[in-house]
Amino acid sequence: MEKDQCSVPDENLNENSGSSRRDFLKKSTFLSAIALTPVSLVTAAEKEMDEKLAAVFEKVPLKLEINGVKHALSVEPRVTLLDLLREQLQLTGTKKGCDHGQCGACTVHVNGKRQNSCLTLAVMHDGKKVTTIEGLANGADLHPMQEAFIKHDGFQCGYCTPGQIMSAVACIREGHANSETEIREYMSGNICRCGAYPNIVNAITEVKNGGQKV
Amino acid sequence: MNQFQYVRATTAKTAIGALVKDPSATFLAGGTNLIDLMKNGVTAPQKLIDINPIPLTEIRKQSNSIYIGALATNTDVADHKLVLQNQPLLSLALNAGASAQLRNVATIGGNMMQRTRCFYFNNPDLPCNKRQPGSGCGALEGYNRMHAIFGASPQCVAVNPSDMSVALAALDATVLISGPKGDRRILFTDFHRLPGDHPEKDNNLMKGELITGIEIPDNAFGKTVHYLKVRDRSSYAFALVSVAAALNIKNNTIKEARLAMGGVAHKPWRLTEAEKALVGKPATEATFKQAAEIAMQGAKGLKYNSFKLKMAPNTIIEALKTASGIA
Repeated sequence: MEKDQCSVPDENLNENSGSSRRDFLKKSTFLSAIALTPVSLVTAAEKEMDEKLAAVFEKVPLKLEINGVKHALSVEPRVTLLDLLREQLQLTGTKKGCDHGQCGACTVHVNGKRQNSCLTLAVMHDGKKVTTIEGLANGADLHPMQEAFIKHDGFQCGYCTPGQIMSAVACIREGHANSETEIREYMSGNICRCGAYPNIVNAITEVKNGGQKV
Repeated sequence: MNQFQYVRATTAKTAIGALVKDPSATFLAGGTNLIDLMKNGVTAPQKLIDINPIPLTEIRKQSNSIYIGALATNTDVADHKLVLQNQPLLSLALNAGASAQLRNVATIGGNMMQRTRCFYFNNPDLPCNKRQPGSGCGALEGYNRMHAIFGASPQCVAVNPSDMSVALAALDATVLISGPKGDRRILFTDFHRLPGDHPEKDNNLMKGELITGIEIPDNAFGKTVHYLKVRDRSSYAFALVSVAAALNIKNNTIKEARLAMGGVAHKPWRLTEAEKALVGKPATEATFKQAAEIAMQGAKGLKYNSFKLKMAPNTIIEALKTASGIA
């Protein structure tokens, strides 16, 4: 193998500073046969990574601040943020609609940005701040967007409403609520099968025009 | 979803090293497509290498181009001042895709890597040569309304779902790649593949390679650009047909043209011959009609998607009219 071909893996593989030329060649050879490399052979190399290695079935430690409360958790890597919120923390305000990022019912804010909690793994958010619908009100005082949804009847069955409201707040914060057309475009990731769209648009327009801090 | 190991990589080198060492692993960026595929059982990697800690989110001006790091989100790129000023076509295409929630998370590299939305690919109970080579193509004789009219093979008639990639193909972007053998650059139009006999390969990335960024060369198109996406509803749906158009018009004569289509092929479909036909001509509807006719040469409809044979040229004409301001 050409030396330049080894330059990248070489650095990862030099686990022992005193590794010999023979070791180097041996490891380079195994790299050249990547398709045949058994997983067990690579553990040493991985030790050099700044990583958290979770064996299958092993839970990963995770720190999250949710609605202002700090949590030290332990989760399986395959748990989505949505399932963590609902199943482990009993924050069931965030809804599971399609579970495939198509309906927006699971919308939450992560570090202030709206996203679908169903299409993201909880472990990807170590150290981040999550806001759910439960974190929007200030004590007994509803958030202006919650008030506006009630006033304008922005729902029928209510299942999509937490996601709609989280998305609506973000829509204004992003500066994308300047016209009915713009609101409809930037709210298109939230589906309402009862068809409350006109009332939702009215609620967002009122909050936007009211100039309240959202 | 299957069980898997989860590791975080903080540098491109460690990420590449980890992928080279474990062929059953895959990179995890925004995850909006990968996690969906894993939920559907379309893919079941044994290890996810989370590359989000790698500092690849920068967007900056270079001497003759704009550089965009592979981990910049779709939103960050679409809203970035440099992109809005210098490459507005890219912003238009990005904002035509997905929803605000998804664009906040989905990355530029991940957008390039997203898999087809073909129903047969996404349902493990159905045959699909892309998901399971040799199992057959369910769409070829099946419900193929969303499928390809250009460059398909008897093995696969799926289309690439990305809007962003259509704009980047039109804008002559370059893909920056790091791998176990070092760095390399390839033209964006050479990144994705046609299905041929290997539809399981969406692109020309080699084992262990990581997309680190893209470069888009400066151009003279200014605001004379348009991205027109035709879909089943007015927002948040994949394209039936989309067109990225960019024109450089001086004294009502087209000096330069760039055209690419989405929703019609296994890769972003650059329309080089139609571009040539536009150059030197006046920016009129007649010119655009002629270019659209040339663009459609070689198109072939399937049982349920032949409407695209009419929709595609009309979309080209409309996109060019809007870009040039004669609409």
